[in-house]
Amino acid sequence: MSLTPYEFSTVPRLRKLQVINSLRKGARIDGRGFEDYRKITIELGTIPKAAGSALVRIGDTTVLVGVKTEIGEPYRDRPLEGVLQVHAEFVPLASPTFEPGPPDENAIETARVIDRSLREPRAIKLEELTIVPGRKVWIVFNDIYLLDHNGNIVDTSMLATMAALRTARLPRVVSVEGDTVIIDKSTREKPLPVQLSVVIVSVAKINGYLLVDPNIDEESVLDAKLMIGVDEKGRIVGMQKTGQRSFTRSEVDQAIELALKKAGELHTFLNQALAGR
Amino acid sequence: MGRIHVASRQFVRPGDLLAEGEDVFNENCRTGEGGYLELVPKKGIYCVEKDHRIYAVIMGLAEIDGNKISVIPLEGQPVLEEGDVVIGIIAGVGVTNWVVDIRWIYPGILPANTVIEGFNPAIHDLSEYLGLGDYIVARIEEYDRSSVPILSIKGKGLGKITEGIVIEVKPSRVPRIIGKKRSMYNILTQETGCSLVIGRNGRIWIRCPDERMVDIVINAIRKIEREAHMPSLTERIKEYIIAEKRRIGA
Amino acid sequence: MMHEKPILIREDGLRHDGRKPEDLRPIKMRVGVLKNADGSALVEFGKTKVIAAVYGPREAKPRHVALPDRALIRCRYHMAPFSTDDRKSPAPSRREIELSKVIREALEAAVFTELYPRTTIDVFIEVLQADGGTRTTGLTAASLALADAGIPMRDLVAAVAVGKVDGVLVLDIDQLEDEYGEADMPVGIMPNLGEIVLLQLNGVLTPDEFRKALDLAYRGLKEVYRLQKEALYRKYYSGY
Repeated sequence: MSLTPYEFSTVPRLRKLQVINSLRKGARIDGRGFEDYRKITIELGTIPKAAGSALVRIGDTTVLVGVKTEIGEPYRDRPLEGVLQVHAEFVPLASPTFEPGPPDENAIETARVIDRSLREPRAIKLEELTIVPGRKVWIVFNDIYLLDHNGNIVDTSMLATMAALRTARLPRVVSVEGDTVIIDKSTREKPLPVQLSVVIVSVAKINGYLLVDPNIDEESVLDAKLMIGVDEKGRIVGMQKTGQRSFTRSEVDQAIELALKKAGELHTFLNQALAGR
Repeated sequence: MGRIHVASRQFVRPGDLLAEGEDVFNENCRTGEGGYLELVPKKGIYCVEKDHRIYAVIMGLAEIDGNKISVIPLEGQPVLEEGDVVIGIIAGVGVTNWVVDIRWIYPGILPANTVIEGFNPAIHDLSEYLGLGDYIVARIEEYDRSSVPILSIKGKGLGKITEGIVIEVKPSRVPRIIGKKRSMYNILTQETGCSLVIGRNGRIWIRCPDERMVDIVINAIRKIEREAHMPSLTERIKEYIIAEKRRIGA
Repeated sequence: MMHEKPILIREDGLRHDGRKPEDLRPIKMRVGVLKNADGSALVEFGKTKVIAAVYGPREAKPRHVALPDRALIRCRYHMAPFSTDDRKSPAPSRREIELSKVIREALEAAVFTELYPRTTIDVFIEVLQADGGTRTTGLTAASLALADAGIPMRDLVAAVAVGKVDGVLVLDIDQLEDEYGEADMPVGIMPNLGEIVLLQLNGVLTPDEFRKALDLAYRGLKEVYRLQKEALYRKYYSGY
């Protein structure tokens, strides 16, 4: 069951007024322009025990992604493909509003939006993760761990996911006899077959203004948000509208134009970070 | 000049454009603190300042009176406001107030100090004044939607009901039972000689000097309830009452 | 086992079920189908069949969930165990949790919740038979049920999914087209205001294809909206 969130009712009026007043003046409360991201940093290999990992910060929002791999069985309807699983945990240390417990609808939505943006354009060649066709495949777990929530979780999580997947390496398969697969867990050899890079750009609508990378104060007062997945070829590979208000058609068109532009910059930034490793 | 897009008594749904134009807009859309109010709940309309448009918020029948436009709902909770008269049933007797079932989401509160002069909780026993199950005609004294409605029974026509009968109808049918400029109410009372107190919450108190009229007036009200969406209802109700009276020889 | 991909666009340009790309499936809508609920509706798009019920506004329970300044909308999208090809476990899946949220947010945009503080408006959507487009059919039904309950709204909400199959943009995709197509884009709008309240894209589209897909959705939604208005009218005037 999905409930109207309580925070929606208790946002201080003054904060909403501050956000809107600064937008009217053409700036944002933290001084950015409408099309500016906060400062982004990407740290690779944060967790050496993981097959791939990355710590990404957009402003003060911090997400750690760890990729783990194991041998398992394929899905019944996809016998010739490996398995990708994306999970997101909004752990209580990340925000005073988070409670321990199973992932809530926001964490589930985040994970599923990222999952679809990877799966639909076939960002990972899952067929290359088959070891014994129909029986044994690599299962790739992409675990998103939100450490500090200061707005725009999805863009940060997608960037961290992409960085972790693109640097992840599979252990060596020592032997395959029938259904018995032996791997050497101490090794990191073959890179994950990532064939396409994807980023997500979230465009927030506040009082009719469109802006990218909303911080937590802006998120608390936004009317609606459009998360737009864009691959390196400039195609739209996923989309999700959230928030309790609506978009006009022309706002959606503007949001997409904005997202395509910002996605190009994010792709370049990510590629540079990965090249410099 | 404003344009009204619907005919009187036309069936409308949420989102239907009823009218546009500055004069119609100004006639119907209230201004409140810090700008105009988008929603005018009592009229079943909402106003969009851009292009001066008025839309229906609820399923019902359009009511047009000159430049005034509203929607008489066919379903849903009544929109209660301060000053509305409701018929309640005492559902709880406390030390300083009564809890009153007003057939709404939340019960109403009737404070004892508005009923008993010189009220002192140490002396007065509330159940001696109004007991569980008693019907009252009350006015909504204070209600801002964010708290429970505070009731009062001080005033002409208000107070405990001691005779006659009370029936319940769908609250959304109340405006139709009253009718445009009280036209339906006038037919119901004048043709039968009964007196009616129609609570905004869909309870109606009926008193008839001629006992034979009770069934006729109730049946007429039920007919309005069933056929609220139908045209020329007022005339048909009048015909119905006259025919019934003839049938029983009254 | 995975089946061979079926032909979705035939040589004559028609779809596997004989529809043209811009055709909706046969649609049925009925309002006021449940006695207990304050409002209800049954909507069918082809073999997809969804029932929605609305209770409220009613006292919020438990009380601490109530919002001080508006009604709380509680929304559940749920699939009946027998609705799918293989039995679906009745426990809510991650998919159902996500869809409950996007449908709730779509409805929040339409409902004047500020009229009923400290109450709840419950929206229950049960997918009785799933053959593609269940969330959009559910949203379409939920908005009818809200109107039937007499809850004040800015507009009705009409929804439909557009897809891309065998390279062609098509309206109102069914399960087969969803399963084997390249993209599935559910769209929900307030038709009179032209505003978008639900938008998802599962699949790949170029920006140009996206604009065309949205155009196609808007064209189809005109008809969905007409049927919604007719269904509400029929509740009162069916015999006349």
